[in-house]
Amino acid sequence: MNRLSRRRFLFASGVTAAGALAAGATQVHWTELFAAAQTNPLHPDQGVLVVVTLYGGNDGLNTVVPAGDPAYQKARPDLAYQPHEVLNLGDGLGLNPGMTGFKTLWDDSRLAVVRGVGYPGPDHSHFRSMAIWQTASPSTSVPTGWLGRWLDTTGDNPLLAVSVEPVLPPLLAGQHGAAVSLPVSGLTMPAGQLGSAFLALGGAQAGDSVATARAARSVVDLQDAVRVLGGAVHGSAAPATPKQSPLGDQLDLVASLVEAGVPTRAYSVSLGGFDTHADEKATQQRLLTELDGALSSFVQRMRRSSRGQQVVVLVYSEFGRRVAANAGDGTDHGTAGPVFLLGAGVRGGFYGTQPSLSDLDNGDLKESTDFRSIYATVLAKVLDTDPGRVLGDYSGRLDSVLL
Amino acid sequence: VATLDESAAVRRLHDRLGFGPRPGDLAAGFAATATALLNPAPDTAPAPDLGAPVPRPGRVVAAGDTAARKQAAQAIAQQELTLVGWWLDRMVTTGAPLTERLTWFWHGHFATSEQKVRSPQLMLRQNETFRQHGIGDFTTLARSLIVDPAMLVWLDGQQNTVRAPNENLAREAMELFLLGIGHYTESDVRAAARALTGWAVDRTTATARFIPRRHDGGTKTILGASQNFDADSFVDQALSQPASPRFVAGRLWFRLVSATPPPSDVLDRLVAGYGPGRSIHGVLAALVAEPSFRDSAQTLVKQPVEWLVGLLRALGLRPNQLPPKALLTGLRAFGQLPFEPPNVGGWPADTAWLTTSAALTRLHLAQAVAAKADVTSITNTPQRVEAVRRLLGVDAWTARTSAALAKVTDNPRDLLAIAACAPEYVVSQ
Repeated sequence: MNRLSRRRFLFASGVTAAGALAAGATQVHWTELFAAAQTNPLHPDQGVLVVVTLYGGNDGLNTVVPAGDPAYQKARPDLAYQPHEVLNLGDGLGLNPGMTGFKTLWDDSRLAVVRGVGYPGPDHSHFRSMAIWQTASPSTSVPTGWLGRWLDTTGDNPLLAVSVEPVLPPLLAGQHGAAVSLPVSGLTMPAGQLGSAFLALGGAQAGDSVATARAARSVVDLQDAVRVLGGAVHGSAAPATPKQSPLGDQLDLVASLVEAGVPTRAYSVSLGGFDTHADEKATQQRLLTELDGALSSFVQRMRRSSRGQQVVVLVYSEFGRRVAANAGDGTDHGTAGPVFLLGAGVRGGFYGTQPSLSDLDNGDLKESTDFRSIYATVLAKVLDTDPGRVLGDYSGRLDSVLL
Repeated sequence: VATLDESAAVRRLHDRLGFGPRPGDLAAGFAATATALLNPAPDTAPAPDLGAPVPRPGRVVAAGDTAARKQAAQAIAQQELTLVGWWLDRMVTTGAPLTERLTWFWHGHFATSEQKVRSPQLMLRQNETFRQHGIGDFTTLARSLIVDPAMLVWLDGQQNTVRAPNENLAREAMELFLLGIGHYTESDVRAAARALTGWAVDRTTATARFIPRRHDGGTKTILGASQNFDADSFVDQALSQPASPRFVAGRLWFRLVSATPPPSDVLDRLVAGYGPGRSIHGVLAALVAEPSFRDSAQTLVKQPVEWLVGLLRALGLRPNQLPPKALLTGLRAFGQLPFEPPNVGGWPADTAWLTTSAALTRLHLAQAVAAKADVTSITNTPQRVEAVRRLLGVDAWTARTSAALAKVTDNPRDLLAIAACAPEYVVSQ
């Protein structure tokens, strides 16, 4: 019995174990998708979202810097940037000196800076706060990520969302399935009998637990990813500069997939190391320089194709940091911070209000913009989805940020 | 919910209290196996010879001397390889599996990364602390870790002084090490940071020392009590909270039994095993005595290191029999290199490891292992699917896996590689 007919058989015979049903249902769906992917790749007008997670809590005040504010200088005697060091954006704010590429994008009106982004009742735990950002649920714990729930609304099609990290970030976990996760290079399946046997591990099985069903499905999703995305991954070959940044490698892969027209609408990439409790200045500037280099060349590359021009990049971190420096020339966990949106479809400029440095909440900035308003906007305008299906009752929007 | 039969329950004991069975391990009964695993003989295997600490690149070495910086970085990288290779080999060869499994567990609990510490000597010292105190009382373990040299570097304990406290270590200690989120306030974090002020690390001797003039000797209010707290009394105060025993027992359950939290009555019995002496051994003894330990539903996704070490143990292979760096490249592709957890929360659990990218990495690593394995026990029988089941200690193959394996019976190494990727092997049943 070949793959297709075995699946139809399982479906028709009413295998009821939840895992088996889910796996079987996906497989039927895939068969159809493959045919579509060959003849009907991602439409050049369809939006693509690239989410960049900065793990560790990026210091927003030293990223979009109120260098001329005496309160800023006073709070951070050894950690502050001077007005002549930052890249002036106007409004008394300047970008970190490492972000020259972002400055160019700003001057081209392709960088939006949303200020004071956070949520009510900020949590200072990395893990809780990152969970809040990734699930878009500030008050209650939920088991699904916001893009995972979006994936659920699309009819359980895991290839619509791709993570370029070995471990799946919670934002891409849905109720019914999860995004596929790709290695940065070497996406191939074994050939011959070995490949055939390996693929057979991905079939449905009555009595599967959630975990064994997921393990099996990862094999099938892998096979599908190789067939749909493998050529693009392979095609990217070795980068010209063999030793570029990990974020640069991730974004190179994303760029290749977008250009190849694979039917993926949302990508997740990440950069870690922002938990700068000590000796912050040099560390953060190095990381922001890496972010800047990787993203500005990605945005420049995306500008060159019609599909690429549909790409919107969203950059966030789980929180900013305490206004006052600590004794180790670092900062402890804080609250609100800036969110960046980049791309041809972005209306450059400032959004939200810059939090006051004199009106603090126990030493922390007060948030002025709810992060979910940004999610709602990209869901509606990039992913063509009613935000209510993902964000529930939340109804805020920041629509003017996208063209 | 079905109950595992005796031999499957014995296999589960080996999976959860060790790194999976070795050939012959499944012959003993449940009670005898539990007793043997829970009471490991002292492990006297020698520590690795890492060589002398390398001066930190960029610190001791002059700023402009790029050749010297490069040499220092290479020397540290070599020591890191030695350290990881040594620990993997110890996990694979140990006759005291619980000791290594708990050393691994505590490494994930008090997650510290060499990527920031940059001292294999300090990481080794911390690893030996896990090994020495990992099955004893949690008070001793926690007091050791709060002033552990690698931990102090990792969470900026050295920067934490009376002049201006650094909250990093205090916050993570309450959230992740001692108490759990939701059981303390922001003001407790700030006060606990003051209690932890005054510690410094000597990288040459791999020790921490207390410097009284950097310590805040004032009164602090932590978790409802006011006194001149220091590191030890802060740990004691946190561990004496009612939430703490449930947190510690719950973490052990999470990593050794199931990602689904235990019912409240089960947790009560684990906490009773922990007792006033805060006995880690007591929690484990209570855990294996639980009827629900034998529920078929308590499956646990093997973390990549657990899967790989288990595979090598089953096959009697040692890490150095594989091509140099093959294991480390594979583990790095999985995103789980020992001594380099992604953050202070440790590695993810459960289905986070069952990604498409992990499926590919697992197959490549399984092929590399199978290429070096002794497969005569498979070759010498016509019942090859059954032979590979026995070799890996799997309870039973599903129809799906049997059908997959049937495609590669003429190639024992492919057969072994596919078997190692079977869902019922990747997920501990």
